[in-house]
Amino acid sequence: MLFLLVLFPLAVAALALVVPWDRWRPLLLPLLGTGHLVLTIVVLVLPLRLDYDWVVLDALGKLALLCISVLYFFCSYSAVAYLRYWKDRPNRIFTACFSGLLGLLSLVVMSHHLGLLWVAIEGSTLISAPLIYFNRNKLSIEATWKYLLVGSVGIALALLGTFFLAYSALSGGMQVTLSLDELIRGAPGLSKTWLRAAFILLLVGYGTKMGLAPMHSWKPDAYGESSGVVGAVFAGAITTAAFLALLRVYQICQAAGETAFASLLLLILGTLSMAVAGLFLIGQKDLKRMLAYSSVEHMGILTLGLGLGKTAFFGTLLHVVNNTVTKGVLFLSVANIQRAFGSKSIDVVRGAFRRLPVSGSLLLVGFLAITGSPPFAPFVSEFAILKGALDAGNFFLAGLFLVLLLLVFIGMGNTVLKAVQGRFPPGVGDTSYRDTLLSTAPVVGLMALVLLLGVSIPPPLRTLVDDAVRTLEGQP
Amino acid sequence: MNDLLNALLMIMLVLNLFTLGSSRLVTMIRIVAVQGILLGVLPLLLHENLSVPVLIAAGSAIVLKGSAIPAIMLRALRDAQIKREIEPLIGFLPSLLLGALGTAVALLFFGQLEVVNQHPGSFIIPTSMATIFVGFVLLTTRFKAISQVLGYLVLENGIFVFSLLLIEAIPLVVEMGMLLDLFVGIFVISIITNHINRAFSSLDTRKLVSLKE
Repeated sequence: MLFLLVLFPLAVAALALVVPWDRWRPLLLPLLGTGHLVLTIVVLVLPLRLDYDWVVLDALGKLALLCISVLYFFCSYSAVAYLRYWKDRPNRIFTACFSGLLGLLSLVVMSHHLGLLWVAIEGSTLISAPLIYFNRNKLSIEATWKYLLVGSVGIALALLGTFFLAYSALSGGMQVTLSLDELIRGAPGLSKTWLRAAFILLLVGYGTKMGLAPMHSWKPDAYGESSGVVGAVFAGAITTAAFLALLRVYQICQAAGETAFASLLLLILGTLSMAVAGLFLIGQKDLKRMLAYSSVEHMGILTLGLGLGKTAFFGTLLHVVNNTVTKGVLFLSVANIQRAFGSKSIDVVRGAFRRLPVSGSLLLVGFLAITGSPPFAPFVSEFAILKGALDAGNFFLAGLFLVLLLLVFIGMGNTVLKAVQGRFPPGVGDTSYRDTLLSTAPVVGLMALVLLLGVSIPPPLRTLVDDAVRTLEGQP
Repeated sequence: MNDLLNALLMIMLVLNLFTLGSSRLVTMIRIVAVQGILLGVLPLLLHENLSVPVLIAAGSAIVLKGSAIPAIMLRALRDAQIKREIEPLIGFLPSLLLGALGTAVALLFFGQLEVVNQHPGSFIIPTSMATIFVGFVLLTTRFKAISQVLGYLVLENGIFVFSLLLIEAIPLVVEMGMLLDLFVGIFVISIITNHINRAFSSLDTRKLVSLKE
């Protein structure tokens, strides 16, 4: 049953390669999204065997799997609207890669072998490259090239870090291994020097994949040049999987008693990411690049939360969920706006409220949500992280956190308000594209989730997050 | 056995310097292919008794790194109709010297490390670090897309040298996955370089500067 989560998307991808009709092929995606969500719920609810040799679905994996699957569910319907809009373009590769990516991400979340984890993450990088290149123009080539080169080098460093980790076991006199469970069990015996070197390399490697500053250079380009539905999957699903990889490494460091060392680096990179994102958000004219920097910011928040330690774990893991659903709302609504104006620059996009009442409102509400305004979900998790910082006695960081959140709010607010308010200049950027049920319903669904999670966390989700916190803390 | 191993590792280091000093891209691709074949042979020396999985892993490494990947790269080169790297950021001779310096530092610094394994006194870690360094030099100072891909391959080769210390830790499935990822990666990158060449009529990555703040 567990393996179906990986095999089903791969099978759909293979089917997409075979189906000869561009017109009907995109309909495979809702089938995939719905099927995968049903499978995920079955796996989470029924008492199935979740424990194979290297493939184990623990509470952390369950949480990430749920995020990815829910986001894919909504995105798969948006993708149909997107591919309908570009119906004269061949979509064989797009559909296959979009499906295959879900399979590889599912493999990432259940990998308990660091080699397998690396293979799945590298695979997800490669399979997602053609998604950025769908527009087939000079800009998207440039974005794809940067994504592939920076991503591949980053992940190569993660591979070296993985090898260092195995060597630290050897150097500490243990049986050499890359199995996560064995490494955690034998963590106190790991050679400290090699473990620290491994952590740095893995942080840089998987941090590149998450888009932490200063390894984020590919991110605005890749998010900016790809379609909104791809951006949503990148910012919500791929980053979640990459963060999970970082959590695995953190688990080992923690078991080895190296939390202080790991936390310091996490705090530095987390704060730096938030600061860099804040600075680049000021005066940002491009809506999608704005969302990319917002993603850098939220990866920074997650990293910071992890660095703060036990008191902030609950907020951090909850923020993984909230970031995923909110990023879905933002990217999908911006995609609709971009199609209606034929541009994503606020030089052209004005008065989105009037032209696209639904998508314009969703962008505004999504912006309020992602910047941590109540009553939306990210407010709850960001508040929990702040409380975690205060509980840990880290008043300086708590203050800095608030200042950076304010900076981001001002920067993003300026851009978003210009885009949604006012009147659009006559004749500029007018297209016949307007909101349709298919293009807005998935976004409304995601927005409803953002609101629901902000008002009250459903008990099963709370239990899942609590379990995940316990797993992260190293309790059985 | 150790002497033979170290001799092969020395050849790796010399090949690194060749890639830095050569301006002909075909030569560079061939050198990296030879490195790939060497990498396939090395695990065979480390195993006392050869088992089927070891032979499969070594065989596929030799086939993929020694012939399949170079073939893809040569094809990309032919499509692009270019022969030489343009004058790099750091000239060929200075980058050669830089590579030699990096190699010397790696040998001095990492040679001191206690290698806890059944292979004491081997140059595995210094060779790995020096090769990774050379890969980074190629990646950062060359302008042609294909040279940068070669830099990435040299970097990967360096990382695979390190994995020789951990042969027992990496199961066959995972090793195959790593090789497959590398192969598909180069395949996808080559397609993109082909598109770069068609869209920009050049493989000069300095032309890829439209996206910025």
